[in-house]
Amino acid sequence: MSTIAPELERPTTTIGPIKWVRKNLFNTWYNTLLTLLALWLLWRFVPAFVEWVLASNWDPILSRPVLYFVGQYPAAELWRIGVIVALVSLNFGLSWGAWGGPLRTFAVVLMAGFAVVALLPVSLDTIGLVGRLFMAANIAVVAGGFALGQTRAGQTRWVLAIGLVTFIVILLLMRGFPGVEMVPLVQTTRWGGLMLNLLVAAVGIVASFPLGVLLALGRRSKLPVVSVFSTLFIELVRGVPLVSILFMMSVMLPLFLPEQIRVDRVLRALIGITLFSAAYMAENVRGGLQAIPEGQYDAARAIGLNGPLTTLLIVLPQALRLVIPAIVGQFISLFKDTTLIIIVGINEILGIGKSIVLGNPEWVTAQSEVYVFIGLIFWAFTYAMSYSSRRLERALGVGER
Amino acid sequence: MTQQNGSNGDQPIIICQDVHKWFDDFHVLRGIDLTVEVGEVVVIFGPSGSGKSTFIRTINRLEEHQRGEIVVDGIELSHDIRNIEAIRREVGMVFQQFNLFPHLTAIQNVTLGPIWVRRWPKKKAEEEAMKLLERVGIPEQAEKYPAQLSGGQQQRVAIARALAMQPKIMLFDEPTSALDPEMIKEVLDVMMELAESGMTMLVVTHEMGFARAAADRLLFFDGGVIVERGTPEQIFNNPQEERTKLFLSQILQH
Repeated sequence: MSTIAPELERPTTTIGPIKWVRKNLFNTWYNTLLTLLALWLLWRFVPAFVEWVLASNWDPILSRPVLYFVGQYPAAELWRIGVIVALVSLNFGLSWGAWGGPLRTFAVVLMAGFAVVALLPVSLDTIGLVGRLFMAANIAVVAGGFALGQTRAGQTRWVLAIGLVTFIVILLLMRGFPGVEMVPLVQTTRWGGLMLNLLVAAVGIVASFPLGVLLALGRRSKLPVVSVFSTLFIELVRGVPLVSILFMMSVMLPLFLPEQIRVDRVLRALIGITLFSAAYMAENVRGGLQAIPEGQYDAARAIGLNGPLTTLLIVLPQALRLVIPAIVGQFISLFKDTTLIIIVGINEILGIGKSIVLGNPEWVTAQSEVYVFIGLIFWAFTYAMSYSSRRLERALGVGER
Repeated sequence: MTQQNGSNGDQPIIICQDVHKWFDDFHVLRGIDLTVEVGEVVVIFGPSGSGKSTFIRTINRLEEHQRGEIVVDGIELSHDIRNIEAIRREVGMVFQQFNLFPHLTAIQNVTLGPIWVRRWPKKKAEEEAMKLLERVGIPEQAEKYPAQLSGGQQQRVAIARALAMQPKIMLFDEPTSALDPEMIKEVLDVMMELAESGMTMLVVTHEMGFARAAADRLLFFDGGVIVERGTPEQIFNNPQEERTKLFLSQILQH
């Protein structure tokens, strides 16, 4: 009775490739059917697509690629965009060094992106040597930021502070100052391209996140005024398409404001997008708040934490972690929604593509190429976002239930 | 601190007079009178739904009572939020489901209250927390998250978390009911040690071994009232009320 059963080694269960195919692709009649269907689709479309790519007219993209990224930003001031990109790289490196783990993926994805652009197999007329060297240099900037960040390992507050300062510096640098010779004012009407999409998305994310959290907390507030206002705002905004909010901001807002006050076009779009995103954010966060068991509140109150501290230290950290996938999904759709600001006359990347095609008679037939190119850019960014977020979830999941 | 503060030791630390509570229309507590002296260990038992958990939750105002008076350490529980926060600093609580904060490590669970409520410097809070984790026997688990600990270990962290606020009173709401049998003893051992150290304790439990060994007094709850009260000796050997006899026979049969 008291003999201990011997510990045995687990038998090896590796299978060969043919066995794997049999087991996973042809194990039942319907799986076989699906496999054959997929093969037929690939055989039908991949060669056709390759043929299309080779036969297409990529001139609208290859001749002026910069236009897609910065719009009509003055050529003499393009160095400022370079500095901004370098600042972003530096920040990613710094946070990777200081925070480690979860942010590593973001930094690595960014470096991979730079490497791809630097080595892209297109002619030097399209991406010049300077441009390629700049991309390569940015990899070094990320790495340098990493080394610098490691001297501040674990100090996440420091990283956040630097990030916020950088964000403001970027906005100021982009805009410049009237009368300053080094960085003259660049009107927002000259801003454009992917740069503007990214800017609007970044500002929208940074501003709508806290606003959404506040609205979510407000909706659950015991004070009737706060909860009614929050609920009303959320339901109103969610019931209206983004396009109409943008129209309202650009057409109706000036009617309500005194004539002397003119809100900048880009700013109006920013406010519209932020309010729209905040309402959705609030509902996502509310889902997380509802998942926190009552016992957590009991325990927090029992050790004497007051309401605000309970929310800040106990409820929000758990609730937000639960809704990371939903929040990232929302950020991704916010980024894609930035193409809608074209309707209020802002030259974001899709608008630029359209005017390039329509502006040159010989390129009118090359519409699909332009849209495929723009689609590819959006896919690259959104995939990087969702990939990084999946890694972030796993990194933050440590010790959870 | 007011003048009538009970730290002089000869005043009762908890006084409840005619405490009533309703959940909507349901009358849960139907007039509870109880006086607890400093250092007393009171065990509360009774059938489920008898109001025993609700009652100890009124003592740190996790539940509000609607009639009667509760005075804890000289402070009357009222709607005054400052009174409630003052009471909660004096009263520690341990829950059936542990209710540890899952996003914090064991030691962070313990230091949270001292740092944010008592405003201790982090270093001092951590030193005290380590002492408490040693006292409950799990200093080596300090850096682990609750999900990485067994039920018994989690409950011991929860006890350390409550003790970290240096309470004068400890409330236990069925602390061993959610535990596997082999883990009940490790939690009861910690509670025994606490009782011997002179802590004032109110314990809702059906662990009659613990009651016999540690309790100064037993209260039998049923239907929202205290049906019978007495020393373990009186209650176990010579219960007066029919309902007490019946309930004891049911839980002591095995």
